Amino acid sequence: MTEQPAKPMMETRGLTVRFGNAVALKNISLEVRRNERLAIIGPARSGKTTFLRCLNRLNDFDHDYSRSGDILLDGTDIHGPEMDVVALRRRIGMVYAVPVPLPWSIRENITYAMRMAGIRNRRVHAEKVESSLKLAGLWDEVKDRLDSHAQDLSGGQQQRLCLARVLALEPEVLILDEPCSGLDPISTARIEDVLEELKARQSIVLVTNNTMQASRASDRTAFFLMGELVEVGETKQLFTAPREERTNDYLTGRFG
Amino acid sequence: MRLSPAASQRAAVAVMWTMTAATIGVLAFVILYVLARGLPHVTWEFLSRAPESMGRRGGIFPMIVGTLAVSGMGVLISAPIGVATAIYLTEYTRKGMLTTIIRFGADCLAGIPSIIFGLFGFVFFAVGLGMGLSILSGGLTLALMVLPTIIRTSEEAIRAVPQSFREVSFGLGCTRWQTVLFVVLRSALPGIGTGIVLSLGRSISETAAVMLTAGSAMGLPQSLFDSSRTLALHFYILAREGLPMSKAYATAAVLIVAMLGLNLLAYGLMKRFHAKAR
Repeated sequence: MTEQPAKPMMETRGLTVRFGNAVALKNISLEVRRNERLAIIGPARSGKTTFLRCLNRLNDFDHDYSRSGDILLDGTDIHGPEMDVVALRRRIGMVYAVPVPLPWSIRENITYAMRMAGIRNRRVHAEKVESSLKLAGLWDEVKDRLDSHAQDLSGGQQQRLCLARVLALEPEVLILDEPCSGLDPISTARIEDVLEELKARQSIVLVTNNTMQASRASDRTAFFLMGELVEVGETKQLFTAPREERTNDYLTGRFG
Repeated sequence: MRLSPAASQRAAVAVMWTMTAATIGVLAFVILYVLARGLPHVTWEFLSRAPESMGRRGGIFPMIVGTLAVSGMGVLISAPIGVATAIYLTEYTRKGMLTTIIRFGADCLAGIPSIIFGLFGFVFFAVGLGMGLSILSGGLTLALMVLPTIIRTSEEAIRAVPQSFREVSFGLGCTRWQTVLFVVLRSALPGIGTGIVLSLGRSISETAAVMLTAGSAMGLPQSLFDSSRTLALHFYILAREGLPMSKAYATAAVLIVAMLGLNLLAYGLMKRFHAKAR
C-alpha cells in the first residue's frame, strides 16, 4: 500500500461538459491510477469519447464546448495558467478510433512530433523510431521499409503505427478511443498484448464499445451512461458482480 | 409516340456524345488552325531576335521577355497574398461576417472584366503612383486580377485536407501554425500549385489589362520601370494594324504552345494532388 503514491496519475473532479445547451458529461469524478489500464465502456453517445478528449484538451477546438469542474494531471490543474496545452498533449498521447497515418513515410510519421518539439538530432530520431515501433509490436514487420508510404500498411499495422507515433513522445498517459473498432480479431489481440506490456510505463485509458475487450484488457472498468459515471471498479468485480442495476442490464445486453 | 427506355437511353448517349465531340472539335480546330498557320514561321531567328519595322520583320524576343516579366511578377505578388488569405479564411477564422465579406469580395473581383482592371491599373499605378507604363504597373494589375483565382483554388485545396490530419497533429502536441505549415500546406501544395499555374496562364494570355498598364514598347526592357509589350498584345497589334499575318500567327502559335504546356503542368499537379488525397 505504501508503494502507491497518494496522487493519482490523472483525476477529474466534478467534470461537467456542455456542447451548446446539450450536456455531454454530468459531474464526473474519476481517477486514473499510475500504471493501470482503465477501460471505459458504455453505449454510443454516453460521453466516453468526450471524456477522453477532455483529458488532452482536444475539445478546446470545438466552439460550442464549455466545461466546469477540474482535471488534474499529476496533481496539476491542466487548465491552470502555468499549463502549456501543447506540452500537455505531448504528455497525454491519444490514439483515435480510425487509424490516421499522415500521408508520408512510416519514419516521417514517427519523427514528425519530435521535429516539431525541436528535437533535430538524427540519431535520436533513429533510436526513437526503432524503440517506439518495437513497443508497438510493429518493428519486425516494417524495419526494412521505413521509408515506404504509411498508407500502404494494413489497417492493423496503421493503428500500431499510430500507437508508435504517440509512444515516441513517451507520454505519461495513453488514451485510446476505440482503437480496435475497425480491426480484425488478430490485430485486436496484438494491440491488447501491447497495452498489457505498456502498462509498466504508462497509465492507460481505453475507451471501447466492446465489453469483452474491457474484461480482457483492463484492470479497472468505468461504465458511462448518458453522460453519467454509473459505476467504476475492479474489472473482475464489475463484470461478475456489478453494484448497479443499470450496469448489470448493460452487460447482459438488455439495452445499448 | 413514346420511346422505349432502351431507345431513349441510346438517344441520350448519342446527344451527349455529339455535344462532347463538338466541344473537342472546336478546341482542336482552333488550335490546329493557328498552329498550322503559325508554326512554319516559328524559327530560332523568330524566337531570339528583336522585331524590325514595327514587327514586319524580325522576331519576338523582347515580347517573350516582357511576357515572362509582367505575368511572372503578377503571380509572384499575388501567390503569397492569395495563399495567406486562403490559410486565414480556412484555418484561422470561423464562418462569420468577415469571411463572408472577404469571399464575396473575391468573387466580385473575379467577375470584373479585365479592361476595368487595366483602366484601374492605369489610373492608380501608372498615373496615380507615378509608375508609368511599366512592367511594375502591369505586374501589379495582373496580380489584382488573378488574386481571386488563387484565393479560391488555394481555399479548396486546403479544405480538401482531411480534418483528421489536423486532429492528429494537434494531438501530438503540435501548434496550429506547425500543423498548417507542415501538415495542411504540405498536403494542399499540389492543389495550390495548380491554381498558381492556371493563374500564370491567365496572366500570359491577358491583353486588355496589360495594354493599358505595361504599354506596348517593343524594345528589350532593361528594368521593371520600362514599358514592355507582351506576346498577346503583340499579336493583337500585328493583326489590328494589318502587319504581316504570318508574324501574327507565329506569335499566336508560340502563345498556344506555352498555354498547352502550362495546362499540362497544371493537369499533372492536379493528378498528383488527387493521388495523394486518396
